[in-house]
Amino acid sequence: MSVEPAIAASSSLAPLPKTGRFSMMLQRYEALRAYTLLSPTLLIMALGILIPFGILIVMSFWTQAGFGFDLTPTIANYEQAADRPIYGALLKRSLWMSSAATIATVLLCYPMAYFVAFHVHRNKMMWIVLMTLPFWTSYLLRVFAWKVVLGYEGVINSALMSLGLVNAPLEVLLYSQTAVIITLAHAWAAFAILPMYVSLEKIDKSLLEAATDLGDGPVMRFLRITLPLSLPGVIAATLLIFIPTTGDYITPALLGGPDGMMIGNLIQKQFGAINNWPMGATLAIILMLLIATISLGFMFVTNFVRRRIS
Amino acid sequence: MSSGSYIKRPNRPLQFYAILFLIVLYVPVLFLPLFSFNDSIYVRFPLTGFTFQWYIELLDRDQVWASLMNSIKVGVTTSIIATSFGVLAAKAITRYRIPGRGPVVGFIMLPLVVPGIIFGVALLVLISRLGIPLSLYTVTVGHIIVCLPFAIATMIPRFEGFNKSVEEASADLGENAWWTFWRVTFPMMFPGILASLLLTFTVSFDEFIMAFFLSGTDATLPMYIWGQLRFPQAFPSILALASVILLVSFILVFLGQWINRGAQSDSIESNTKT
Repeated sequence: MSVEPAIAASSSLAPLPKTGRFSMMLQRYEALRAYTLLSPTLLIMALGILIPFGILIVMSFWTQAGFGFDLTPTIANYEQAADRPIYGALLKRSLWMSSAATIATVLLCYPMAYFVAFHVHRNKMMWIVLMTLPFWTSYLLRVFAWKVVLGYEGVINSALMSLGLVNAPLEVLLYSQTAVIITLAHAWAAFAILPMYVSLEKIDKSLLEAATDLGDGPVMRFLRITLPLSLPGVIAATLLIFIPTTGDYITPALLGGPDGMMIGNLIQKQFGAINNWPMGATLAIILMLLIATISLGFMFVTNFVRRRIS
Repeated sequence: MSSGSYIKRPNRPLQFYAILFLIVLYVPVLFLPLFSFNDSIYVRFPLTGFTFQWYIELLDRDQVWASLMNSIKVGVTTSIIATSFGVLAAKAITRYRIPGRGPVVGFIMLPLVVPGIIFGVALLVLISRLGIPLSLYTVTVGHIIVCLPFAIATMIPRFEGFNKSVEEASADLGENAWWTFWRVTFPMMFPGILASLLLTFTVSFDEFIMAFFLSGTDATLPMYIWGQLRFPQAFPSILALASVILLVSFILVFLGQWINRGAQSDSIESNTKT
């Protein structure tokens, strides 16, 4: 690694075959060359993320007036969001449901990541592909599949009934918070496995052998070496699932019923049936700020704990 | 790692858990094809009989064909643009020491994490303020943003896997940057590029949230399915359509991962070594 800068320097000193100020500058300055290569990506990301966010923030200070917008800046939407209990309740419920899904996913996926990192020696790649393959396929269809499984006359209920275990379909399965949490945990499993696998894979195996030689049993070895060293992966997995699931609206729309509605559904309705875009923009901004605050707090706390441990 | 270490000992309960995990991961999805061959309008056990009826019914629906063509158009455009931007970005990220690298990479990877609905409504607001009508073009823009992180993440291990000095040798021997790219970088990157094309096509083909907010009257395939979910009598043929889409997606993603497998194991190895 340390030789590379030297080589790079020598190659930039090589005689320049082309003239022209820009190509000369390109040859000379690594950063400029890098940013030139990055420019198409950064441009479209700026167009597609930064500018829209800017407008979204501006719009959150407008108000809906009939079919148009009243452009005078006001914080009326934010006041309304704070006053009306429905918004707070939905936000709280979204956070609780996605926390539950996140914890379930991380707990269920950790052993899997551990298994592939430590106990699979041949065809590791095959296992990783197998575990992540469903993640690449349509999110909508995976949610749809759970609707088929959990439905009132779906797979589980009809199977239970034809086996004679229950007389009437269980109603708790579909259109409940549980259904949404199960589906979210299932849908985001790959996101949890990958970062945890990477951090488990990086653990120096000789540390484990040292612990064994010094008399630690399997449990202590896991608690004192494996778990602390894999914490970065666990933290990454937690954030990678918590952040996107909080704003999900497809799963609650298909499986949640009235009890399982989340804030994403309300945001979507503001841009659809309710047709109050500024309110929708306000809710989106509030959601983002909330997610950002919680994630930063979580990272701060876990960093603090990690430093205390080591 | 010494051979015969206790780590090598198989752990039966863990193996059992892993198999169970894979079953739970795949079985819900596999119910879609199972019921798509069932000779009943209701999705429930016991199965009544085997039929191709729902698949044949699909062939007669013009809307299915139209939305399929729309999805293919959007997917092909998206994958080509996202992959070509992604090659350049992945090269910049892996090859150069750039100031502000961390924030730049974080920014590019944002669409992987931020809830899709937020990107969807933000883009919708921009597009409508600009007065641009919603169409397949606006969906494509949304999909490019969603797909770019996938393209870049697919190709970064490729760049890390091959030695930079080969490119430098080419430069030292007098090739300019353009020809170095075409004669050295591109051939070595080819599996990564192919994998990225396949994966981003699949992501775009299956993507729903951006399409939900940004499509106009022309529906993509997932949008068509969403619309049909309201009609109970359409359920079996939607199952058939979903099965076809799943099969195609699985094949494309598997191919993509398979083509690119060398790069990933290389970079995992080089990561564990350093």
